[in-house]
Amino acid sequence: MSGAFRLAGRGRIDTARPVVFRFDGRMVRGYAGDTVASALLAEGRHLMGRSFKYHRPRGPVSAGSDEPNALVGVGEGGRYTPNLRATQVEIHDGMVVVSQNRAPSLRFDIGALNTLAAPVLPAGFYYKTFMWPRGFWDKVYEPLIRRAAGLGRAPTAPDPDHYALHYAHCDVLVAGGGPAGLAAALAAGQAGARVILCDENVEFGGSLLVDTHSLIDGLPGMTWVARIVAELERLPNVQLLTRCSAFNYGPHNMVALNQRLSDHLAAPPADMPRERIWQVRARDVVLAAGALERVLVFEGNDRPGIMLASAARTYLHRYGVACGRKAVVVTADDAAYRVALDLAEAGVKIAAIADLRPTPGGPVVEAVQSRGIAVLPATTIQRAHGHLRVTGAELAPIGADGTVGRGRTIACDLVLMSGGFTPSLHLHSQARGALRFDDALGVYVPGESVERVRSAGSCRGIFALDEVLRDGVVAGLAAAGGETGPVWTVTRQDAPGAGGFAGALPRRGPGHLALAFVDFQNDVTAKDVKLAVREGFRSIEHVKRYTTTGMATDQGKGSNVNALAIVSDVLGRTPQEVGLTTYRPPYTPVTFGAFAGHARGDQFDPLRLPPMDAWARAQGVVFEDVGLWRRARYFPRAGEDMAAAVARECRAVRGAAGIFDASTLGKIEVVGPDAAEFMNRFYVNAWTKLSIGKCRYGLVCRDSGFVYDDGVVGRIATDRFHVTTTTGGAAGVLNMMEDYLQTEWPDLDVWLTSITEQWAVIALQGPRARDILAPLVDGLDISAGAMPHMTLREGSIGGVPMRLFRVSFTGELGYEINVPSRQAQAVWDRVWQAGAVFGLMPYGTEAMHVLRAEKGYLIVGQETDGTMTPGDVGCGWAVSKVKPDFVGKRALALPAMNAPDRLQMVGVLTDDPQEVLEEGMQLVTAAETPVPASAEGHVTSSYFSPALGRSIAIAMVKGGRSRMGAALYAPRLEGPALKVTLVDPVFYDPEGARLND
Amino acid sequence: MLLIDCPYCGPRAEIEFAYGGEAHIARPAADVSEEEWEAFLYLRDNTKGVLAERWRHAHGCGRFFNALRDTRTDRFHAFYEIGTPRPDVGDAA
Ligand SMILES: [Zn+2]
Repeated sequence: MSGAFRLAGRGRIDTARPVVFRFDGRMVRGYAGDTVASALLAEGRHLMGRSFKYHRPRGPVSAGSDEPNALVGVGEGGRYTPNLRATQVEIHDGMVVVSQNRAPSLRFDIGALNTLAAPVLPAGFYYKTFMWPRGFWDKVYEPLIRRAAGLGRAPTAPDPDHYALHYAHCDVLVAGGGPAGLAAALAAGQAGARVILCDENVEFGGSLLVDTHSLIDGLPGMTWVARIVAELERLPNVQLLTRCSAFNYGPHNMVALNQRLSDHLAAPPADMPRERIWQVRARDVVLAAGALERVLVFEGNDRPGIMLASAARTYLHRYGVACGRKAVVVTADDAAYRVALDLAEAGVKIAAIADLRPTPGGPVVEAVQSRGIAVLPATTIQRAHGHLRVTGAELAPIGADGTVGRGRTIACDLVLMSGGFTPSLHLHSQARGALRFDDALGVYVPGESVERVRSAGSCRGIFALDEVLRDGVVAGLAAAGGETGPVWTVTRQDAPGAGGFAGALPRRGPGHLALAFVDFQNDVTAKDVKLAVREGFRSIEHVKRYTTTGMATDQGKGSNVNALAIVSDVLGRTPQEVGLTTYRPPYTPVTFGAFAGHARGDQFDPLRLPPMDAWARAQGVVFEDVGLWRRARYFPRAGEDMAAAVARECRAVRGAAGIFDASTLGKIEVVGPDAAEFMNRFYVNAWTKLSIGKCRYGLVCRDSGFVYDDGVVGRIATDRFHVTTTTGGAAGVLNMMEDYLQTEWPDLDVWLTSITEQWAVIALQGPRARDILAPLVDGLDISAGAMPHMTLREGSIGGVPMRLFRVSFTGELGYEINVPSRQAQAVWDRVWQAGAVFGLMPYGTEAMHVLRAEKGYLIVGQETDGTMTPGDVGCGWAVSKVKPDFVGKRALALPAMNAPDRLQMVGVLTDDPQEVLEEGMQLVTAAETPVPASAEGHVTSSYFSPALGRSIAIAMVKGGRSRMGAALYAPRLEGPALKVTLVDPVFYDPEGARLND
Repeated sequence: MLLIDCPYCGPRAEIEFAYGGEAHIARPAADVSEEEWEAFLYLRDNTKGVLAERWRHAHGCGRFFNALRDTRTDRFHAFYEIGTPRPDVGDAA
């Protein structure tokens, strides 16, 4: 047997399969089935980590997921995971484990000096200390905190593992596979319900994993468990999940489970996900989450070698490990006596049992006494001695009046504590279940929930094994709608413990310097909690935040009830008057990777590719992301930077022709007998008189009167409009159209169809556009006379069906060739080839922006910010004066919407033509303006214009249209403010001659 | 995640739907007073209790419909078509 504290013939580990792993670089031997904690304890080692604030040496307090102290880092490189509970991490060959929060070593840690500073690091020290002196923050406090605080370090390499997500539905989800959960799952499964049973442990059994005393139907607990699990496995309607924690309870019984699949394997298959999130929608949920033993709050209660009595029992029966040679037990509950008997039987010397209660009694107490173990009634632990390991416990008598007398120190290497059991309410509370304080038990138990959920067993305060099994069956039948369930007979069970203790233990003296920990993980002491109350915090939620108790990753599993009792004691109010803090998900920490699942890298977001994406890539394009779209930004030639490429593309459009993939434009077809009436009601423009084959610029407002979207609309037929929207606004406009159509105007006979993906758009812009296009359009007459600006024609281009729009977003003669997306590349190729002799050049979104800004065309979302009216952005002309109603009409009539000092769209020119303003710059009235200044407006678009040979900008300025020629100033972070002059926003070809060419 | 019973498709997960705000807010005619228009645009009951609200099955049939949901519990009490009156479910919690 490896490990001096390993006991032959005990535990559920596989001693035929030795396992070797590394802890802080040192080889540790254990067995298959061990955790990091059990393997280290088998070597007699309790010291496993350092604490958060004071860097106190710490060892495991528990043997499960509630562990606050023994947090370790596991794995290497991208697989390094910090803050895992050593009490849960299963070992495998070659595993690399490191302790945390220590420098240079676990045994000697510089940060432990923080303990000496404990008197100046009281509750709320974050809020107090760092307020003063102000200059200390950057240079002293923050670096200190950044180095000292925090738990483990995050890995810096990408995570090489993958994670899965699975949706599941069931009739009954049972969370927790102890006796209550197994009974519930079997009852529900036998009743025919589809059942999912999950448990966070490696194997089912819960408390029966460590109860070697009770018999069920004459069988030892784990023999019974094996039989029940076998029965469940035979039921095709039952799914069993181990290593699977229910960590989040969402509305309508959507419960998230985290299943750990590969961490326990030395060589997992390459295709195996590391973890899997289960999103389970359950008709009914049975919570069988069990109960957690409470720590006792006394001076030095965090020394390695001090642990929960139930934990020592777990290490003994699951791992065959004795946690020490000589133990002192401090208890307020009978359960610790059974632990003492088990340990004594295994050879551990029980030096004494200090019982906080004045008259402990009953069969299990008598059994202890008959073994010759000293039971000290009405006795507290004044303090624990030791540093890296507990060396002794000072036990002191509690007088009838509650005062504590002088005690005596008993040497020991193990102190076991039991403050009684707290029902695990986390999931019930997440299910918005009320909590009810049970006076007899002295703890909260589940009350009513809004969900179809019921708790069973010890998580609702039922502790006797026979009652737990019956409770599980009742819950399982109720959840499944079954009538009769299995019945078992329990013998030799211990009566559930009466008593329990919550709060700080009685002590001798005020203990001003005593560090008695309530919350181990956040290093919160009893006096921190008391201080918070003395400083005026009354709400338990405020005490929690001020002291940070219960805010660590263990979610206050071990600390909440003790903190509550201390607050209740100091305030002189009952615990139910004080209340409990809200439990928040996750129940236990979940890897970020599990939440990300497959949504990483290329799978992070959908990627929308316009039809000519591959062509653009072949041209060496530089892309930009526009929403989910990947668009061509510019096409650099050898040696060109962005400015040079964009300038060349702009010159090509103004001088010859440019070709642009505008397919991302949102497109909606509005069809039906009432299509024109719908358009009239929806847009600010009038549509009735728009004849077939004509186009119009359309503007959409919200009913608030603010501009929402814009785009050119063409009338294909009396009952058919081809609507375009902005690239980003397509889905929103369609949703808004559907909203009005379905809910306000159900009288209209109209159909709305998104055609964005169906029609590709090839924009051909520039003075030679017609020359390039005319020979290609299968006989269609597109001469200036036959097809003027703002018209559309249906036809074909090389046999491909086409909707040809003569529109322009550049100010040049231009066309937007709409063809079916699948044939778009072929059409593009034909246009591209035909354009070669005319100097046709591809251009991207950057040149498109410059060209439209030269013309003063607004971009919704760039010039507008959700508070701009059509008039603000110079589009008042588009708003119908005669329509009786349209979306936005009433609001646009409000006086405030027409105030003369509203922000209005203007052009802006800098004194220095080479100076390009920053978009977002504020504009003020004087070069030297005291801060804070109120802005006259702000810059919305700014570029260098190749056509004008100078910088141009668009701005929104208060009453801007009446301030033409006025000067404003744009302050900069560095250097003097830039003087600018307000001008008309149409910088190029203001008469529009080129457009109508 | 809520389970929402689309009147046209049946029960689906909340991610398929878009929320549409409080229901039964009729859009007034364009000649109402400023106060009435303001109330239409901005004033909502912020109900603690059973709220009539709109949903759209955005990633499904695309239809808008109404629901009665208790904002205290998230429990739905009814799903019904746009244009039909609010069902009487009392003050059920
Ligand atoms: Zn639907």
